Amino acid sequence: MTNYETHEHDVLVIGAGGAGLRAAIEASAQGMNVGLVCKSLLGKAHTVMAEGGVAAALGNVDPEDNWEVHFQDTMNGGKMMNNWRMAQLHAQEAPDRVRELQEWGAVFDRTNKGQILQRAFGGHKYKRLCHVGDRTGLEMIRTLQDQGIHRGFAVYMECSITKLIKDGDKVSGAFGYYREDGRYVLFKAKAIVLATGGVGKAFTVTSNSWEYTADGQGLAYDAGADLIDMEFVQFHPTGMVWPPGVRGILVTEGVRGEGGILRNKDGYRFMRDYLPESTKDQFSANDAESERWVNAAIAGVKTKDKRPPELSTRDNVARAIYTEVKEGRGSPHGGVFLDISYQDAARVRKKLPSMYHQFKDLADVDITAGPMEVGPTMHYIMGGIRVDADSQMSRVPGLFAAGECSGGMHGANRLGGNSLSDLIVFGRLAGLGAAEYVKKLGAAPAVPQDQVDAALAEMEEPFQRGGSGSAKNPYDVQKKLNQIMSTYVGIFRNKEDLEIGIQKLQELKEDIKNVGTKGSKTYNPGWHMCRDLKNMMIASEAIALSALSREESRGAHSRTDFEQLNPELGKFNTAVSKDADGMKLEKTPCPVMPEDLKRLFAKKETTHNG
Amino acid sequence: MAEANLKVFRGEKDSGTFENYKVPIEEGMVVLDAIHYIQQNMDPTIAVRWNCKAAKCGSCSAEVNGKPQLLCKSRMDKFEPGEEITVQPIKTFPHVKDLVADVSWNYEVNKKIVPFTPQPGHNWVVYQEDIERVQEFRKCIECFLCQNVCHVLRDHNRKDGFYGPRFMVRLAGLEMHPVDSANRLKMVKEDAGVGFCNITKCCTEVCPEDIHITDNAIIPLKERVVDEFYDPIAKFFKSVFKAK
Repeated sequence: MTNYETHEHDVLVIGAGGAGLRAAIEASAQGMNVGLVCKSLLGKAHTVMAEGGVAAALGNVDPEDNWEVHFQDTMNGGKMMNNWRMAQLHAQEAPDRVRELQEWGAVFDRTNKGQILQRAFGGHKYKRLCHVGDRTGLEMIRTLQDQGIHRGFAVYMECSITKLIKDGDKVSGAFGYYREDGRYVLFKAKAIVLATGGVGKAFTVTSNSWEYTADGQGLAYDAGADLIDMEFVQFHPTGMVWPPGVRGILVTEGVRGEGGILRNKDGYRFMRDYLPESTKDQFSANDAESERWVNAAIAGVKTKDKRPPELSTRDNVARAIYTEVKEGRGSPHGGVFLDISYQDAARVRKKLPSMYHQFKDLADVDITAGPMEVGPTMHYIMGGIRVDADSQMSRVPGLFAAGECSGGMHGANRLGGNSLSDLIVFGRLAGLGAAEYVKKLGAAPAVPQDQVDAALAEMEEPFQRGGSGSAKNPYDVQKKLNQIMSTYVGIFRNKEDLEIGIQKLQELKEDIKNVGTKGSKTYNPGWHMCRDLKNMMIASEAIALSALSREESRGAHSRTDFEQLNPELGKFNTAVSKDADGMKLEKTPCPVMPEDLKRLFAKKETTHNG
Repeated sequence: MAEANLKVFRGEKDSGTFENYKVPIEEGMVVLDAIHYIQQNMDPTIAVRWNCKAAKCGSCSAEVNGKPQLLCKSRMDKFEPGEEITVQPIKTFPHVKDLVADVSWNYEVNKKIVPFTPQPGHNWVVYQEDIERVQEFRKCIECFLCQNVCHVLRDHNRKDGFYGPRFMVRLAGLEMHPVDSANRLKMVKEDAGVGFCNITKCCTEVCPEDIHITDNAIIPLKERVVDEFYDPIAKFFKSVFKAK
């Protein structure tokens, strides 16, 4: 039998982006013996790519701001599908978490009074995003990393987890391998926090990196947790569209926050045409007013002018761009134009430095001299592992989740900037929840050997099938999966497409069973992909089934055969879980918001998806 | 379709050879795309470390035609048609496989640095002009290209005496933070070994974030060390007050 090494921890955190690092720091602070597993090198997780900012109602720029407004914006952005308690905790605690980052060494841009500067973003009523130019995620992960390494927890770099181990219904460990040399590793743990991020690698055009293979969603599903709201997949309106090698890479919403204008090939500024009736009064009446708003924002002065229409929520802007392109008004490479070049070049380079370099280096485009070409890119999944709002525990005892892999916080559509605040608010709560669970647990649960053996055997299979003959190339299978998801489960959906997609996914499952690899276990990406495909398939099937079951358009979920929002359907979350016969789908009632919070939403729910 | 001639180092733990691959060129392609093409179509076992593919994470450092750079930023159209493009792992750190090197030494060094220590009770009113320089240092994506090219580490392998440019940048960022209260100058002088740097600026040249490592981080640190430990007038006053 092949060997494996063994480590024991009170709390094992899987994933070392913002949420995982924050969870590990918190669990350590609670006196736990903590292990942190990262699939990449420490500090390289996907958080590093977040650009625009972290949303927190500090009120440094717009003093009217407070947690209640942030809560309202978040719920409205999520089309009221959000778990209200998560949205409340998030809005209440984000300011403290941001101040904490500052005390840990994060160097945010400043207002002229010396406070943390905040910028406008889509769906946020006030200027709320604390930022560092357009590299806020890097600042955040480096700050957490440099704090974390002094907190005494063990870090396992370039390590992938393939199986959660359970003692009865309780989670008790995790099995995986080191990418570097392929040696196996068993973690015995009393509690596990999943913080593995998203599912983007199931789609062809995505802003997500290779790591986003739905690991946490897949592991939790296999362990008996349920996944909710999986139909809500966010397509970021502005990804790069050219050159082909960088298609999908994110162009921060900060460009529009700083005054970027969207135009089609005729030079027409189209976004005003796509504003939902219900939100039109929040935006400028004409281009002159937009310009006054931008000038006031640049000067750092207050204005009564309203914001430009480009700052509508991401779902609206993505659909608008998609429609412009589909109807033949797109740019040469199949996007639309995003222009910030009318502003002072030095200021653009200062406020959007990585966008400047990204376009200059990768596309030969000087964004201070001309427009960028942008189009929608799969960016984020609102759905994920269902957790208790206060403790972040899933329905599997001892299994917690935080950040993108968990569901509920963002409802049907996430506002920009709310993901970074999500990471630090719920990362901390998950670390705290896991520590409290462990303190009450007593003796460590058992790690049944048969489960460990089965996990190890699973990882050996791709080598037994080999890299030739009837064995499938894992990269070919991924490409097929991407095509299915992008073709049949994309921005606009309908019953017929979804049913075809689901059928094709079922067929592809056979291929996944037959993927094989050759070579040694040393840093073998083909082997890694063989396992990653299973998680991606779970997420893909969950997305497709959930999308088929939601017969309305709401937030990021757009059905061409059900174009209206149906208030009745807003009362239920879609939940999938593992059954003896495969994936089981249920409609479960949304948590009901208490009256004292309901009063914040006096306006009647509209039937228009806006 | 035009084809690129890639010569990629293949092997484990330094033992290996260069292998040739012909990869179709797409418009705007970078070298990392070419490696991915090999991975997806020719050999799924070829190892390359990467994450963001947008020059933000600093994972895909390697040496292309001898020049240390990020593979995701190395445009294929910079090469002559038909030119052989040699890709090999960064040299200063132990080889793992193909294009992947073991950079864990850097993470061990980072742990030794006294973390940010805010002045107790500070009101956190901090002005933009006071943090501009620190923000320049915090752009660092930890690609370790500066560490790779630093001759103290690369040619003389003095990892025992010098933390390298990356950590001079980190130390400078902490020392110049207007709210920080710790003093790391003894560390800068002794364990971190700032004196080893003889200002050849190779690190600055390869920095994908355009951080002025030598001019803005290392030289000011050297000056602070001189002020703290070697200034004769200060030394005189210190000895006088000590004598009292």
